[in-house]
Amino acid sequence: MNGHLYLWLIPLLPFAGFLINGILGARLPKWLVTAVALIAPLASFGVVLNAAWSVRAGALLPHIEAANYSWIDAGMLHVDFSLVLDQLSLIMLLVITGVGFLIHIYSVGYMSHDRGYWRYFAYLNLFLFFMTVLVLAGNVLLMFVGWEGVGLASYLLIGFWFQKTSAADAGKKAFIVNRIGDFGFLIGIFLLLGQFGTLTMSDISAKLAANPAWTGGILTTICICLLIGATGKSAQLPLYVWLPDAMEGPTPVSALIHAATMVTAGVYMIARTHFLFDRSPLALLIVAIVGAATALFAATIGVVQTDIKRVLAYSTVSQLGYMFLACGVAAYSAGIFHLMTHAFFKGLLFLAAGSVIHGLGGEQDMRRMGGLWKKMPVTFWTMTFAVIAIAGIPPFAGFFSKDAILMAAFTQGTAAGKVFWFVGLFTALLTSFYMFRLWYLTFMGKPRSPELHAHESSWTMLGPLVILALLSLGGGWMGAGRFGAFLGPVIGKKTVEAASTNLEWTLSGLAVAAAVLGWLAAHMLYRRNEGREPLASAPGYTVLTHKYWIDEVYGALIVKPLLTASRFFLEWVVEFAILGGAAWLLGGIITFSGAILQKWQSGNLRSYAAWLAAGAAVLLLFALATWNGMLTHVGMHIGNLHMNWAGH
Amino acid sequence: MHLVLFILFAGLCVAAALNLLLQKHPINSALSLVVVMSSLAVLYLLLGAEFLAAAQIIVYAGAIMVLFTFVVMLLNAGREERTLGSRAAALLGFPAVAVVLAVIATTILKAQGLGAVSLNDPITSTVELSRVLFRDLLLPFEVTSVLILIAILGAVALARAGSGEHPRNKATFAGNAGRERRVSK
Amino acid sequence: MIPISWYLLLSAVLFCLGIVGFLIKRNLITVFMSIELMLNGVNLSFVTFAHMWHNVQGQIFVFFVMVVAAAEAAVGLAIIIAIFRARGTLAVDRIDLMKL
Repeated sequence: MNGHLYLWLIPLLPFAGFLINGILGARLPKWLVTAVALIAPLASFGVVLNAAWSVRAGALLPHIEAANYSWIDAGMLHVDFSLVLDQLSLIMLLVITGVGFLIHIYSVGYMSHDRGYWRYFAYLNLFLFFMTVLVLAGNVLLMFVGWEGVGLASYLLIGFWFQKTSAADAGKKAFIVNRIGDFGFLIGIFLLLGQFGTLTMSDISAKLAANPAWTGGILTTICICLLIGATGKSAQLPLYVWLPDAMEGPTPVSALIHAATMVTAGVYMIARTHFLFDRSPLALLIVAIVGAATALFAATIGVVQTDIKRVLAYSTVSQLGYMFLACGVAAYSAGIFHLMTHAFFKGLLFLAAGSVIHGLGGEQDMRRMGGLWKKMPVTFWTMTFAVIAIAGIPPFAGFFSKDAILMAAFTQGTAAGKVFWFVGLFTALLTSFYMFRLWYLTFMGKPRSPELHAHESSWTMLGPLVILALLSLGGGWMGAGRFGAFLGPVIGKKTVEAASTNLEWTLSGLAVAAAVLGWLAAHMLYRRNEGREPLASAPGYTVLTHKYWIDEVYGALIVKPLLTASRFFLEWVVEFAILGGAAWLLGGIITFSGAILQKWQSGNLRSYAAWLAAGAAVLLLFALATWNGMLTHVGMHIGNLHMNWAGH
Repeated sequence: MHLVLFILFAGLCVAAALNLLLQKHPINSALSLVVVMSSLAVLYLLLGAEFLAAAQIIVYAGAIMVLFTFVVMLLNAGREERTLGSRAAALLGFPAVAVVLAVIATTILKAQGLGAVSLNDPITSTVELSRVLFRDLLLPFEVTSVLILIAILGAVALARAGSGEHPRNKATFAGNAGRERRVSK
Repeated sequence: MIPISWYLLLSAVLFCLGIVGFLIKRNLITVFMSIELMLNGVNLSFVTFAHMWHNVQGQIFVFFVMVVAAAEAAVGLAIIIAIFRARGTLAVDRIDLMKL
């Protein structure tokens, strides 16, 4: 620990922005709200840059701060507020604050006409606060605070236009599904505490390192519980259902939270606790299976979507599957690399989609778009960059990260690795296909809705698009190897370098071929189209459009029984039996005792006499019972008065 | 001799008290009570309290019981009727009181150090009594005289011929009650 | 030689008979007489104890009890007369002016 990097400012500056805008925002003029909302993430980004510069200048990592501020001190549980900066959190922070700041700028333009302008920026700053806490946390409990907090911010922002029922429902759905995952995370935390007696990650890592032969068993259980949490937050199977619905929120929210940062928290968490996952091959396998299955699953659904944001949502789920796959084959650095590049091009995709929607006055259905390349050139070119990046075509960023993942899968060493590689390859083909489908439908061909008077967006919105486009282009040029070396001290190196160069080139070539194949298919089907869906007659089209009926299945199997049971419980058990019963009982007791006591006031002399006598008898008996030797006692009192009567 | 006297007059006491309970006409009860008072006076004599015995006869049997008898005759109280409550009261009352009596009796019989009474015990002299009464307890004595004065005033005020039979009182009493009942419904 | 306890027992019996009368009698005047009986029972026990402890204060107490009983009898009977004039009956159960 050398020099003070002021890590605590990184979360607290956005928090201050949240407080100011949240409490006073409604009364402040718009320019002031904007200023506060932009200065907070900018300042936070500045602190992160300062930290990055110190690292470059040779500062030692990991850099721990605030470790002596104790939070919980109960028995064996000691939790403090430690903030840890190491290579992993530095990368994450750069992405979060940097991309976050760009999206803040974009939002100024996008939300400029919204009545809840101040509220939006308050929530956005709140989100930044929690996300940075999550990333900087040195112990699992503090990370969980950030974890829950970003869930809360996500709920608030998804349901931002809460007057719309679908938006409010989507917010609820997101929060509830997240909660299910959080439950798994919490169980994992309990198990960690029980096993290791501490929640500080460095301590756990040290304890594990001291015990190299400890694998499997309880560690697998812990990892699976943590994985459940990650599945909820990062929208993997089976807890992905909230992410497509989350598109009800404003598009910058989708860009920031549901593309670049929050949904990557699960991947980050697995990378952070990699020392646990490394000890459990079974857990890693499950992670990889979940990742690969999700990637393929979501890609298939994305192929038939008609809402531009839905395509991107399923694409996000699919790409997150890639990151999970990477972690599952213990190539954590590849997963984080893809996380970073994904933040660039997916964020860009969402922002560009938002620009399109904004330009079309709210239209989101791709079947009614078309021919926008002439009307919105900047949007068009930036989005093209992003589409090429996500398709994985070199030299754009996506190629490097995706290629790293596929190679790690292939060279993992087991047969499962080869299966994962193939699934990843096929998914890459599908990804390229549906992204180019989106591109053709949105920008190419003849305009299908000329009445909407498409226009280009303002430069507050276009500026971030350009910056992100440049990042999508060059963000991967450092290469997976150098990236992995940078993260090595934190994540551990994967001895994958043994692959031969020939294999590398073959695999890369195959990946590029898959991408190009996807583009070709899209080109043939969608180059000239009038909005009809050529795939409509393909087998399985209905299954895909109905998203495999997963939502309906969940609704029938889980939601409806729960609702019925809780309604029954509330109406009959609580309302009728407990509350009604209590009221009836109370009233009954009072009425009953009143009826009895009424007899006391009968006006009947004899009954009064009887009660009198009874009371006197009770007192008498009481006196006799408690005062032993009362007769002699009283007598002695009288005797002490020395009043003789015998003739004095 | 002592024993005979005690048994006789104690028995008379209890018998008269029982008679008070069992008689239906109040005048018979009053006369039984006179017998009780008189026997008690004899018992006081046996205990050496000669002044009290005299006071008992003069005040209690002679004044108070006469007052009772006057009132019985004045109000022409007749035989008692049987009402619903009286059966229940008898049913509950006897056993309960028997229990209380048993408890008290047990306590008394268990007590140690009680002596005995004999005819040779000295008699309390009236001089002694008056010494305590008029010297040490003068204030309570005067207070009781005020008490009696108040009692006389109260009795006269309550029992005056005009207080209960006032037609206005009767009418308002019944009328108010009736009106109140109707209004509260 | 009569044991003191006999006198005390007699006093207790008189007292309890007084209570019984107080509870079961239907005529108001008879109830009042039972109260007098109770007082007499207590008087006897006071005199007995005065004899036992050779203390004259017991008898003083009886003296005051008699005085107060006299005053009480006077006032009580006056009330009974007033009640009779108002209600026309001396039956205890009928005098229920305070009934709800």
